[in-house]
Amino acid sequence: MEAVSDITSQAGTALPLLRIDGVGKRFGGFTAVDGVSLDIRPGEFFALLGPSGCGKTTLLRMLAGFETPDSGRILLNGEDVAGTPPHLRPVNMMFQNYALFPHLSVRDNIAFGLRRAGMRRAEINARVAELVALVRLEGLEKRRPEQLSGGQRQRVALARAVARRPRLLLLDEPLAALDKKLRDSTQRELKALQRTLGLTFIVVTHDQDEAMTLADRIGVMNAGQLVQVATPRQLYETPRSRWVAEFVGDINIIEGRITTREAGRLRLTTGGAGELAATLPPEFGDAAEVCVAVRPEKIRLSLRPPVDDPAGGAINRLEGTVRDVGYLGSASSYTVALDGGASLRVSLANAARLYADAYAVGQRVTAWFSPDDCIVLDR
Amino acid sequence: MSGRNLFTRPARLAAIAPYGWMVLFFLVPFGFVLKLSLSQVANAQPPYLPVFDLSAGWRALVAAASVLSLDNFRLLLSDDLYLAAGLRSLTVAATATALLLLLGYPVAYAMSRLPRRFQPLAMMLVIVPFWTSFLIRVYAWINILQHDGLLNQVLLALHVVSAPVVWLSTDTAMYIGMVYSYLPFMILPLYATLSKLDPSLCEAAADLGSSPLQSFWRVTLPLSLPGIGAGALLCFIPLVGEFVIPDLLAGSDAPMIGQTLWLEFFTNRDWPVAAATAVMLLAILLLPLVIYDRFQRRQMVRP
Ligand SMILES: Nc1ncnc2c1ncn2[C@@H]1O[C@H](COP(=O)(O)OP(=O)(O)OP(=O)(O)O)[C@@H](O)[C@H]1O
Ligand SMILES: [Mg+2]
Repeated sequence: MEAVSDITSQAGTALPLLRIDGVGKRFGGFTAVDGVSLDIRPGEFFALLGPSGCGKTTLLRMLAGFETPDSGRILLNGEDVAGTPPHLRPVNMMFQNYALFPHLSVRDNIAFGLRRAGMRRAEINARVAELVALVRLEGLEKRRPEQLSGGQRQRVALARAVARRPRLLLLDEPLAALDKKLRDSTQRELKALQRTLGLTFIVVTHDQDEAMTLADRIGVMNAGQLVQVATPRQLYETPRSRWVAEFVGDINIIEGRITTREAGRLRLTTGGAGELAATLPPEFGDAAEVCVAVRPEKIRLSLRPPVDDPAGGAINRLEGTVRDVGYLGSASSYTVALDGGASLRVSLANAARLYADAYAVGQRVTAWFSPDDCIVLDR
Repeated sequence: MSGRNLFTRPARLAAIAPYGWMVLFFLVPFGFVLKLSLSQVANAQPPYLPVFDLSAGWRALVAAASVLSLDNFRLLLSDDLYLAAGLRSLTVAATATALLLLLGYPVAYAMSRLPRRFQPLAMMLVIVPFWTSFLIRVYAWINILQHDGLLNQVLLALHVVSAPVVWLSTDTAMYIGMVYSYLPFMILPLYATLSKLDPSLCEAAADLGSSPLQSFWRVTLPLSLPGIGAGALLCFIPLVGEFVIPDLLAGSDAPMIGQTLWLEFFTNRDWPVAAATAVMLLAILLLPLVIYDRFQRRQMVRP
């Protein structure tokens, strides 16, 4: 369709495909979306991550035109879409509850949007066949939605949503009902589809791994607000706030206060883990009461304390006892009770098949990590 | 086997009860009517022959049964009067059902779109007329439609007409009466289907490029077909046999089948012909039921 060439011609310019400008939505006295601003570039794969009820669906519904924002503007290609009804927006949505037409077959569900676009019959047939193959529903074309499994329904909804190749595709939990294998392959295909067609995706997901693997950028929402927008790596390694650090992935949080602050290095005293050294993050304010966050896989364990590294950057060494061991397949997770009183989660890769767990419950160990692996955050 | 054992005795009884009900209140009376339709008129009590005398034993019963004949049905098929009445009943009922659908659908649709908390109130308003006797309501219409009735007064006052219009004893009056009386039977099943319709389906249709009109045509209407079918049947079937409304509001030149039946029964005292008419009516009405049933089955399982 035309939309494809339009998008590729714009990809060079810096103009955002979508600009969300201070958009808010209230239901009665309850604020569902609170002053969200965001630019989406053409061809981008953007993921929205956030706890249940934080306003993700509401935000998507405003983009699709089913809810009217109470404040702010939504610009698509620089044009305010406030007055544009849903059926005239170059946006398609995959609904969280799929919203498949129960009276139509799989085929007719997928072809629905193409028929409305006035496509020729032969073209429709070709496109539908392509989509059916893409979501692996061959042989089920004549079935009605109620004759499909949950995962199959989800794939029909996905195929129906991408059928028109919209400039902007909104997907509300597109893969939640698929099993892991199918989810992995569908993820790859979704990404390939998005690349080859040059589509722009906004995907809502609960699944952090999914957001990490798929997205160019991730927006984290909490209580109606967009609290951080970053690439997956930035989000994981430099979360902006304690809430984001705790929400994304697994993390140890140790509260403490800064004692000295010199040449990019901080020294802290903590209640549960004694003295710690951390690298001073850029643009850090002058708060003294802070917390240090360390990802479990950044911490190593050994029987004896390690010698200091040659560069002279003091490594954090914490003595403790293994309290719990969890075997997770690719890695094992250890809970170490530090002598200082805090408890630390540590993840070690199971690098060889014949290894037993390196440390047993009750083993005295030293947990150690570099100051660079400490994320210093306001409390 | 294990599935059957799940049904305890009371449960099995509950499953049989509707059939018992059907046999007792439908099949047995229908058997009487069928027998009557195969009998002959007689000038005595009861006004037909033969009478089954159960005390005279099996032989007498067989002898009586051998006298039964299809003469009444032959008469019905040969006399234009009955055919004309039957045809008129069908066309009147079909027209009235179409009018009911045209009027009832928008009302039911609007009701289903009301905020949830107002919907019970709307439903009450639809049902409220049932609190008065049907007959009284039809008489009220006579009052409204008569020469110096309310309708003519209003029309005259608004200068829509210059002289009173004749409403009573016309088909218009009959259709007004029918649509008025049967509207709840059309609205309620339609409302039941429409209110169950998932609003996100219309959103999905809009999202895929359907204008509101197209969404209605492609999604809402097809999904409300079961309600349309139920409402149409609920109105059409009693309308075919309707007696009171055409008798009170329509002219007397072209009677409906129900009126013919009444005439045979009470005026001519020809019970057998009246019974034959009733059996014919039932046979005709089975047709739309069978079609509806087929349609429902196809809706449920489609390969
Ligand atoms: N029509 C509505 N009327 C009143 N409140 C609503 C309405 N729609 C959503 N809400 C509320 O707004 C908040 C955000 O809802 P939303 O559906 O956007 O959450 P979500 O982030 O998509 O959650 P989930 O991950 O569970 O799907 C919720 O607290 C919800 O109860
Ligand atoms: Mg949601």
